[in-house]
Amino acid sequence: MTPNMIEIEKLNLTFGHGPQANHVLRDVSFAVKDGESFGLVGESGSGKTTVLRCLAGQYTHWSGEMRIDGKALEHKLDRARCRHVQMVFQDPYGSLHPRHTVETALTEPMAIHGIGERQERIGSILAKVGLNDSYRFRYPHQLSGGQRQRVAIARALILEPRILLLDEPTSALDVSVQAEILNLLADLRQRDGLTYLLVTHDLGVVAHLCDRVAVMQQGEILETLATSDLAGSSPKNAYTRMLVDASREYSRKQEIPETVLLA
Amino acid sequence: MTPELSPAIAASVPQQNGQPQSRGAALRQNLQRSLRRLTHNPMTVAGLIVVAMLLLVALFAPWIATHDPLAQDLNNTLKAPDAAHWFGTDEYGRDVFSRLVHGSRITLYVISLVTVIVGPVGLAVGTISGYFGGKVDTVFMRITDIFISFPSLVLALAFVAALGPGLDHAVMAIALTAWPPIARLARAETLQLRKADFVVAVQLQGASSTRIIVRHIVPMCLSSVVIRLTMNMAGIILTAAGLGFLGLGALPPMPEWGAMISTGRRYMLECWWLVAMPGVAIMLVSLAFNLLGDGLRDVLDPRSE
Repeated sequence: MTPNMIEIEKLNLTFGHGPQANHVLRDVSFAVKDGESFGLVGESGSGKTTVLRCLAGQYTHWSGEMRIDGKALEHKLDRARCRHVQMVFQDPYGSLHPRHTVETALTEPMAIHGIGERQERIGSILAKVGLNDSYRFRYPHQLSGGQRQRVAIARALILEPRILLLDEPTSALDVSVQAEILNLLADLRQRDGLTYLLVTHDLGVVAHLCDRVAVMQQGEILETLATSDLAGSSPKNAYTRMLVDASREYSRKQEIPETVLLA
Repeated sequence: MTPELSPAIAASVPQQNGQPQSRGAALRQNLQRSLRRLTHNPMTVAGLIVVAMLLLVALFAPWIATHDPLAQDLNNTLKAPDAAHWFGTDEYGRDVFSRLVHGSRITLYVISLVTVIVGPVGLAVGTISGYFGGKVDTVFMRITDIFISFPSLVLALAFVAALGPGLDHAVMAIALTAWPPIARLARAETLQLRKADFVVAVQLQGASSTRIIVRHIVPMCLSSVVIRLTMNMAGIILTAAGLGFLGLGALPPMPEWGAMISTGRRYMLECWWLVAMPGVAIMLVSLAFNLLGDGLRDVLDPRSE
């Protein structure tokens, strides 16, 4: 039995006070095993990205309990957590500093954490994400969307985290590049034994990358099930079934055979 | 753990020509591109030439000037422009051309001193206020509001009146009234930036606030601040000349352009060159800084990329 890498219990988050308070997360609980890839799906505004941002340390006023590798998380972000948990953002056009070269972007986390052998590490991490050394001194505007996302992944991985939080890592990319990035992520997980927590609204991505998946709606987790059950008839919850049906409907209109979607 | 890649995930990378091979090369390429865009606009080039000439004249003033700017020659007062005195002489027989040339040093001194004070102060106040928000923002912005609510020339007048006239006091007075717009500009930029993904990304990597402001936010604000400062230079020249004209800036023997107009005013109807020459100099230089600022905006503004 593999131990749990991420444990979240009764996570609650509210923005605002008094009558205007917006209860974004309601008693969210789930656990992700070491080396597992876990998906969070749901419509826009269902709170899936918010869960990630709580875990990553961007929001600090949550209540409940979150544990990583058995250790309870403080509300304030500390450096140890940064080396354990890193995040890849949805939009590679916004997540890289427009005036920093690839090298500067990758050096920055190492400078913050005082890690040595920077040149070697940059070289090996670039190779790992499938970019050669000629990309080292380019600015983001000299890269394509897929290349930018590779740089963003490299930046997240350079601190050698155990957990990678993926916030719709492919939704801002065009379809041909999506597959490349998904394969890269699958490859990296296999090689380094990373734990993924993936947020998406694309069930095809979940099917490709995740072992288990939780369905969220309006800040609550409706059900948690294995990805293989998603395609079958076993989803108990009506909303989950609707979500699956919607993605099939969509794929038929696009004339993509179902086998490709759930490949 | 090998850096080997399966062919499926290895990005097909066509080798491109002119790819930067080092940090310096990347920077140089960037600068070259900016310079090419800067020189694309003829108005900007005109502004750039005038500013470059101002710098050269100020640098080589003793060699360019034909006479001592302070030497009086009472036998040759109020002479019209001729071969010996290109721009004529003033009421004490001093050569107007030489005084203009030496005056460029004073103008540059005022501009650069004000800019050096105003730029960093405005940038620091604006970015700190915008990044931290909340109470910090309220306190800093109310202080800024107090300074911005005074008409700048009036505040400068009061300041100089209290400390006594003099060039350094004029510089301080101008600096005191010139930083709030810069701070507001930097704050507005920072407010947009602090929620940006690339800032959140470094926050999640554990960077300190100082590091984020200095290394990630300031470089993004810098371009608009530089543009604003360049545009401000025209205003600084005019304010300095205005203070000089009112007798509160540079003190009499100094060949400050505004002060030259002020003393030439009495002879204006008979001796047009006393007012026209420094007037043209002030106009040319402030126009040049405006044009340069416009050109810089085209090159540096991130929104135009």
